[in-house]
Amino acid sequence: MSLVAFRDVEKTYASRSGRPYTAIRGFDLDLAAGEFFCLLGTSGCGKTTVLNMLAGFEHPSGGTMTVRGRPVRGPGRDRGVVFQGNDSLYDWLTALENIALGPRLSGLPAAERRERANHYLSLVGLAQQGGKYPSELSGGMQQRIQIARALANDPDILLMDEPFGALDAQTRTTLQAELLRIWQATRNCVLFITHDIDEAVTLATRIGVMRAGPASTLKAVIDVDLAPEDRVRTSERFMAVYRRVHALLSDEVTLAALQAH
Amino acid sequence: MATLALRAAPAAVSAWRSTLTGAAATLAGFASLFVLWHLASVYLVGSALFPPPLRVLARGIELARDGSLLDNVSVSLGRILAGFAIGSACGVVIGFVLGAVAPARRVLEPYTEFLRFIPATALITVAVIWFGIGESSKIFLIAYTTVFIVIINTAAGVASINRNKVRAALCLGATRPQLFVHVLLPAATPYVLTGMRIAMANSFTTIVAAELVAANDGLGKMLWDARLFMLVDDIFVALICLGFLGFSADRLFRWAILRFARRFSPVM
Repeated sequence: MSLVAFRDVEKTYASRSGRPYTAIRGFDLDLAAGEFFCLLGTSGCGKTTVLNMLAGFEHPSGGTMTVRGRPVRGPGRDRGVVFQGNDSLYDWLTALENIALGPRLSGLPAAERRERANHYLSLVGLAQQGGKYPSELSGGMQQRIQIARALANDPDILLMDEPFGALDAQTRTTLQAELLRIWQATRNCVLFITHDIDEAVTLATRIGVMRAGPASTLKAVIDVDLAPEDRVRTSERFMAVYRRVHALLSDEVTLAALQAH
Repeated sequence: MATLALRAAPAAVSAWRSTLTGAAATLAGFASLFVLWHLASVYLVGSALFPPPLRVLARGIELARDGSLLDNVSVSLGRILAGFAIGSACGVVIGFVLGAVAPARRVLEPYTEFLRFIPATALITVAVIWFGIGESSKIFLIAYTTVFIVIINTAAGVASINRNKVRAALCLGATRPQLFVHVLLPAATPYVLTGMRIAMANSFTTIVAAELVAANDGLGKMLWDARLFMLVDDIFVALICLGFLGFSADRLFRWAILRFARRFSPVM
């Protein structure tokens, strides 16, 4: 049985003009425990809508969504979310307190949650920064805290919505490598949203390419069977996967551009 | 070690120096105010109707000795504190409901939006009719002038909470009460404190007006009596006391915020 199952999921919004807008239609996807799935698509294709529905922030207009066979009804601790910006961190809590919040909410004793938070703080490479407030940390460090905070709650699946989209290129590359390392250590199932082919090929074990909206759905799913040393742009195998994904996506980019005009 | 100590020492010294410079500047500002007052009183006006600071000080000491000044000050302060505490407590609770529950906002908006434009000073007459000239009418007026400012600031604070902060807490498994305690309350704290600080300043205006019109004691009553008997020095003693009390209350509030609520990053 798959960990996460989307079956014929549809999402329709009431637009401002009064005409309903269908963002997603007939969306099917299965995610297995331990896999790193990148959902790739042009901007506006509805990939964030997919994540928001699985997170429980938005309700599908049709179809079913299950995690471990149970239908998704709202946000819950089985699905950890890492947001794109830093605005989900609590400014009044230190880095360590942010990470310890999940265990605190579930009633873990103080000593245990401190130990737990420290463990994840070290895992994301910030062992020395636990006493600082989010505003005292760089953008890259803030995203590491978000990742640690989500993991400290021991979720079944980690949902990441372009978490490195707002970072500079160098920091992004570093964090991609860090995320790979963390994922290899924890083997959490990850659903990672991005519009960057490079990022997807670097991280994913599977890549799902979405069609341009409206009424978007999955166009193709590709297995990425790359060894860790091949997950760099200079590798021939990396470029082979890149070209395949690029070919799939470029039609959709053209389509999206046409619709925008 | 030695280099570290050498580097740390000048930093500590410069921090002290900047604190001292700040205090000296404030002191110089106050001193210049009194010098200007003295010059204006003695050389510009030269009338008994505008006493110089030293005469006011002497009269202040006289009134302090016979105990009447302290009585009036403590009575006014007590009224402010009681009204301010009641108004703030009600304001925070109502503000949270308004900020968090949209239907409540629509129902209660006419109350807040209508009543906040009726100043407390305009309500003095009716407050005296309802509650008499004792403590309750003053406390009512201070609470009234406090409550709306705190409501509006608190509601604004709750309404401005970032959506992702709420979503993140729900993903971490927060229940509704936990969401309130761990997210809404701390996120709104800077707004609440700012509202209370503004309300504190308003309380001083209101208490004087209320005591001018109807009271047996307090700084406002002292001002009114002094006018009746043309005791200009007494008027100035009361005015200086008000300025000093307001300034101290505000500084105390600021200190408390920086000491106990700094992590909520209030705007000072």
